[in-house]
Amino acid sequence: MNMIEAINSAHRVMMARDPDVVVFGEDVGYFGGVFRATAGLQKEFGKQRCFDAPISEGGIVGTAVGMAAYGLKPLIEIQFADYIYPGYDQIVSEVARMRYRTAGEWTMPMVIRSPYGGGIFGGQTHSQSPEALFTHVAGLKVVIPSTPYDAKGLLIAAIEDPDPVLFFEPKRIYNGPFDGHHDRPVTPWAKRPEAQVPDDYYTVPLAKARVAREGAELTVLTYGTMVHVAVAAAEENGVDAEVIDLRTLVPLDIAAIEASVKKTGRCLVVQEATRTSGFGAELAALVQERCFYHLEAPVERVAGWDTPYPHAYEWAYFPGPKRMKLALEKVMAD
Amino acid sequence: MSEVDPTDRRNAPALSLHVPEPDYRPGDTPDFSKVVVPPAGAAPRPDTGAPARETFPLTDTLVRVLDDEGRPTGPWDPRLDPETMRKMLRDMVTVRVFDDRMYRAQRQGKTSFYMKCTGEEAIAVAAAAALDRDDMNFPTYRQQGLLVARGYPLVDMMCQIYSNRGDKLHGRQLPIMYSDKPHGFFSISGNLGTQYPQAVGWAMASAIKGDSRIAMGWIGDGATAEGDFHSALTFAAVYTAPVILAVVNNQWAISSFSGIAGAEKATFANRAVGYGIAGLRVDGNDALAVYAATRWAAERARGNHGPTLIEYFTYRAEGHSTSDDPTGYRPAGEAQQWPLGDPIERLKQHLIGAGEWDEHRHSELVKAADAEVRAAQKEAEKLGILPEQGRENIASMFDDVFAEVPWHVAEQRDQCLKEAGL
Repeated sequence: MNMIEAINSAHRVMMARDPDVVVFGEDVGYFGGVFRATAGLQKEFGKQRCFDAPISEGGIVGTAVGMAAYGLKPLIEIQFADYIYPGYDQIVSEVARMRYRTAGEWTMPMVIRSPYGGGIFGGQTHSQSPEALFTHVAGLKVVIPSTPYDAKGLLIAAIEDPDPVLFFEPKRIYNGPFDGHHDRPVTPWAKRPEAQVPDDYYTVPLAKARVAREGAELTVLTYGTMVHVAVAAAEENGVDAEVIDLRTLVPLDIAAIEASVKKTGRCLVVQEATRTSGFGAELAALVQERCFYHLEAPVERVAGWDTPYPHAYEWAYFPGPKRMKLALEKVMAD
Repeated sequence: MSEVDPTDRRNAPALSLHVPEPDYRPGDTPDFSKVVVPPAGAAPRPDTGAPARETFPLTDTLVRVLDDEGRPTGPWDPRLDPETMRKMLRDMVTVRVFDDRMYRAQRQGKTSFYMKCTGEEAIAVAAAAALDRDDMNFPTYRQQGLLVARGYPLVDMMCQIYSNRGDKLHGRQLPIMYSDKPHGFFSISGNLGTQYPQAVGWAMASAIKGDSRIAMGWIGDGATAEGDFHSALTFAAVYTAPVILAVVNNQWAISSFSGIAGAEKATFANRAVGYGIAGLRVDGNDALAVYAATRWAAERARGNHGPTLIEYFTYRAEGHSTSDDPTGYRPAGEAQQWPLGDPIERLKQHLIGAGEWDEHRHSELVKAADAEVRAAQKEAEKLGILPEQGRENIASMFDDVFAEVPWHVAEQRDQCLKEAGL
């Protein structure tokens, strides 16, 4: 399965297992979503379980809050993460805090799925990586898969989680892993072991990182599309880097981070999002606080530039092989 | 700004921005003669399954039942039994007494904040009477009458206001931001309007599950300008959600009069027309009209005929909150001039006229409510008031962020306790 098929499979498995799971969002019903993540669900589970929503992200999230208050488990799609802002108040002020402000009387077991990230010529409104806007909010879990296997297992775990989960899907790797070289063909998922996705139920636990590549010289902390770019960069540049795929940003697998950085003594943080106040800054601070005496070089960051995402100059913006190479050399030189 | 001097533009009249102003400001003598009050009983009552457009004329008038002498008249008379009306009167009096005691408690420094609903008691109380007990409300901060009418213990309300040891919300919410699932009262948000699409979502969920319960969402006139208001109406209309959407038009959003939310151009009930949902504009100080309209909308929702937007037309007799000084923006004594009168007095007058009540019983009722509220206050204050909060429960601040406390929150809790010397 590619990542879209894996996500679709997670929907199907959970809708069959739990009659309280309802799926809605823009174009998700009859058509099955612009990325086809919800294809066939309406036909299989009926219009009461999977339906199209008006173009109103605030309305989608707001009604999902009411549904969760009733006792359903809404699994909603925001068509592009760039469109999440009209729903931001409902997510931040309502979804995130409901358990807290009611001392557990009302909880929000919902999943908000959204494709994010660039590399698809989406311009400034179809390419953003807004995860840090949500990792900053107390009460939200933020999950970002990087393989089809993880996407299905993590999404099922997110649906079963008692807390609200933002599930950001790196759309650049929906169809195949991406090494950052936009001028080379993408390998389809079918040729990769991570695409061996069982049809049935399984979970990948939240808050547990994955070692995407073992190494001894340097730790790369990253997630989403950048996992693949980082692995490729390590191999292309002959650096024995350990690439940690965080998978869940909140709550973070701090033990995995500490263990790896203390082993390698060097750390590079890689995010696709704009640099300033990005999640990578939090990672760098944590590594500094917890592993300072094990570090042999300052923590370095690779990120998108602090500009909106440009359409024409996408490949100058995208944190790709050149930026990775320079950063690897810098960390290894010290 | 353009580089062109506006005065050098072509020969066309200068445009000007209209900023609405209320008719009266401090120092003026208020006169509400411009407020059109149609006679009680004049509004027709469509069938609860009627097409929405049949209700559209009702969005420009006022559904009224009680006339100036307190006599019920017309097709909206709900013909309530005296016991139900006496219960409504008792609840309204209790709310007013409760508000006064808690307002005073705030002034005495026992809590940080309070919001009264003086003049609006009929709305929440009569709506609660018209709904089924297990219907769900998504209220604002001025529907304390819903809790009182449904028998939520006054002590629990006060403990929330005092953020004391008895506060089931563990001191996490501002006073008056109650939450109680068993009483069908959803957690109040400080971000205005958010509860409106939530009410629609709850109603949609009820429909998805084939339930028979309905939801009622509440919003103030000012907050109708929020995007959530419009998304709620869109979703309610699109999915024929079994929901009642209430706009409590009390004329004032803190210091901004209802014209700033658009009331000069159209009534709030008119908003229903553009969405194709049923709309009613109701005398909010007439408990029987509020009951009748809410009941009508509830029957409509329960019959799968769709949502109703109800504008309850009323007046906020007191300030916005204990932090507000209304004499800074409106004439003193304006509430007394309000042409729809006082809701408690009007229901009382009706019951007396019907031979079901008298002045003596009423003063006994007020005394009893006062005693009940005082006793509850004494009980609540045994569990503490806001400034006396001890430190023993500080650790609870870190609970309920997530279902389980993650490592980073646990570490911060430990640091906090260390800082507090605990």
